[in-house]
Amino acid sequence: MAKLSTEKLARAEMLSSNEDAIAISEMNKWFGSFHVLRDINLSVKRGERIVVAGPSGSGKSTLIRCVNRLEEHQSGKIVVDGTELTSDLKNIDKVRSEVGMVFQHFNLFPHLTILENCTLAPLWVRKTPKKEADEIAMGFLEKVKIPEQADKYPGQLSGGQQQRVAIARSLCMRPRIMLFDEPTSALDPEMIKEVLDTMIELADDGMTMIVVSHEMGFARQVADRVIFMDEGQIVEQNEPEEFFNNPQSERTKLFLSQILGH
Amino acid sequence: MRNVSFVRSEMLAEQTPPLTSIGVIGWARENLFNGWFNSILTVISLYIVYSFLSFLIPWVLTPTWKATSLNECREINTALTGHHSGACWGVITERWPQFIFGFYDRSILWRPILVFVLFLATIAPILFERVPRKLFLLGPVFPFLAVWLLWGGSIWSPVFSFLGLVLGYLVWRSLKERVNAVILLLSSIGVPIIWWMFLTEPASGLLAEIIPYEIQILPSRDFGGLLLSLTIGLTAIFCSLPIGIFLALGRQSDLLIVKVLCVWFIEFIRGVPLITLLFVASTLLNIFMPPGTNFDIIMRVVIMVTLFSSAYMAEVVRGGLAGLDSGQYEAANALGFSYWKAQRLIIMPQALKISIPGIVSNFIGVLKDTTLVSVIGLFDPIGLTTVVLADMRWNGVYWELNVFVALCFFVFCFSMSRYSMYLERKLRKEN
Ligand SMILES: Nc1ncnc2c1ncn2[C@@H]1O[C@H](COP(=O)(O)OP(=O)(O)OP(=O)(O)O)[C@@H](O)[C@H]1O
Ligand SMILES: [Mg+2]
Repeated sequence: MAKLSTEKLARAEMLSSNEDAIAISEMNKWFGSFHVLRDINLSVKRGERIVVAGPSGSGKSTLIRCVNRLEEHQSGKIVVDGTELTSDLKNIDKVRSEVGMVFQHFNLFPHLTILENCTLAPLWVRKTPKKEADEIAMGFLEKVKIPEQADKYPGQLSGGQQQRVAIARSLCMRPRIMLFDEPTSALDPEMIKEVLDTMIELADDGMTMIVVSHEMGFARQVADRVIFMDEGQIVEQNEPEEFFNNPQSERTKLFLSQILGH
Repeated sequence: MRNVSFVRSEMLAEQTPPLTSIGVIGWARENLFNGWFNSILTVISLYIVYSFLSFLIPWVLTPTWKATSLNECREINTALTGHHSGACWGVITERWPQFIFGFYDRSILWRPILVFVLFLATIAPILFERVPRKLFLLGPVFPFLAVWLLWGGSIWSPVFSFLGLVLGYLVWRSLKERVNAVILLLSSIGVPIIWWMFLTEPASGLLAEIIPYEIQILPSRDFGGLLLSLTIGLTAIFCSLPIGIFLALGRQSDLLIVKVLCVWFIEFIRGVPLITLLFVASTLLNIFMPPGTNFDIIMRVVIMVTLFSSAYMAEVVRGGLAGLDSGQYEAANALGFSYWKAQRLIIMPQALKISIPGIVSNFIGVLKDTTLVSVIGLFDPIGLTTVVLADMRWNGVYWELNVFVALCFFVFCFSMSRYSMYLERKLRKEN
């Protein structure tokens, strides 16, 4: 059935020998009486790249926001890097220091320069000395290819540049896991590529990533696994080629026909 | 086929516009006399302006400065111009020190003047970036120094009060890394308060006996005029902003009790006229105090005005908070900022920037509201006008007195307003 290349097989083998970066089991979440996430079971290996897809309102954002406790789950278990997420603030702080997040609307701090955006958390949360924080930040700004914008304010940058700054800002905290919530869907088409390229580079460095996205090309190129969600549930998951070429569930087929249709 | 190509062979020279649309006539026709209704309105308005000016112009242009009573002023005026419609500034020449300093002992006016100069030095580094940063060190010292210079007394009470502040800082420093934010806040505010309530007086009294040094004491009833207004107004302004910020945050808090308390406080204060609060300060408060305690009247009024304006400040700041995108909170949380750090470094700088116009209008309002203290018998500039008018010689100089008082307030309110515009422009340039 599957025509996995030897390269991919080797990678799958390597991943399965890695420990879990994220382990979610029997997790449920409600907004009021609305059951947004239903019996989620998901484990993500260290170094694994996962793309989450699904129709609007299916709970993709809510799922990844539970991973760094921007949303609180009501039952089940979420363990990130060996730390279980409970209402214990220490655990939450620990998890947040391991997990970086990039948002659809960038959420840069508009009153600070690009460099200050990148150094604020290292300085105040990690207590990194100023000089070191500046060096780290410039390093990551170079990595996302905008060191020359360091002294500008977010409002002076294009959307694609802002999103790359947001990625650099997260990386400055040295996270071991990165979450992306539709990082390119607020961007003009010509800027999508520059952001995806940055993300691909990050993937090549071995970062553990969960990406909510409908970018098929990106999913095919970097994802180890694609997860399809609908109505708060994981409906199907598979290796990308299989997922796109040979979807199993009716809902997945319908969804794929819709996003590929135009 | 139709030929659509076109090439201009000679350029047109610039021409003046038709006469009726420019110049005075054109403008008047366009704006004042287009149609009979507008023409009538124009004529009526012109008449009103004329009658106003025919009073104002002689009043401004033929003033007398030296007269010692209203009658003398009118005589001088009539002798000079044939009518007595000039302004009688003699009352101001005679009484202006009272309007500025109230009944403050004339031999030690250097004290309030020094306080004012120190005040300017204290706020300079907050207002302008180019002022040497070292002046920030004045900030914590100034309140104690100012109280001592204004009211006088033993040097040791400001020194020991200041030690309370130092104590609070030390508590904060030593507990900062060890306890959570609420306990930290409570203990670093609570310890100095206990110090001030129970230890400052005995300690400073003791030292005053060993090493006595004191300056002349001035009772609160000697305070008056602009000195009184500024003492009350500026203290309330500077205390109400931080209190207002905490109230606004409390109102948005997830902690139910904190939230309910803040909402009730804000809604109660906003639902009650300031005058009632001032009456409570002047009369009722004494009933609740243990007998024998002498709680200074200016202090009581300052507290009431501060509470009053912090409720309004809270609502202005809340408006600023509401203007922020929730993404800012999420980004801050995701990066691992604690609530207080996120507020201080990310949320407040933006929320306060949005609220600058509202905050400054509030400041201006507070300063002007201090004139209400005349109702409870304090002699702010408005209260003083009644004193002056009660003087037989000056009975009837309403205009001059009120114009002078208005000018005094205008200087301060207008500077605040201009500063806020400067600040907005500066912050806008930043991004
Ligand atoms: N704070 C909230 N309170 C109540 N309901 C919410 C809240 N946030 C999200 N929801 C609801 O939960 C459901 C899932 O939302 P979520 O944002 O996770 O969907 P999504 O899959 O990310 O959709 P999209 O592709 O539009 O981003 C939606 O129906 C949404 O209306
Ligand atoms: Mg979403």
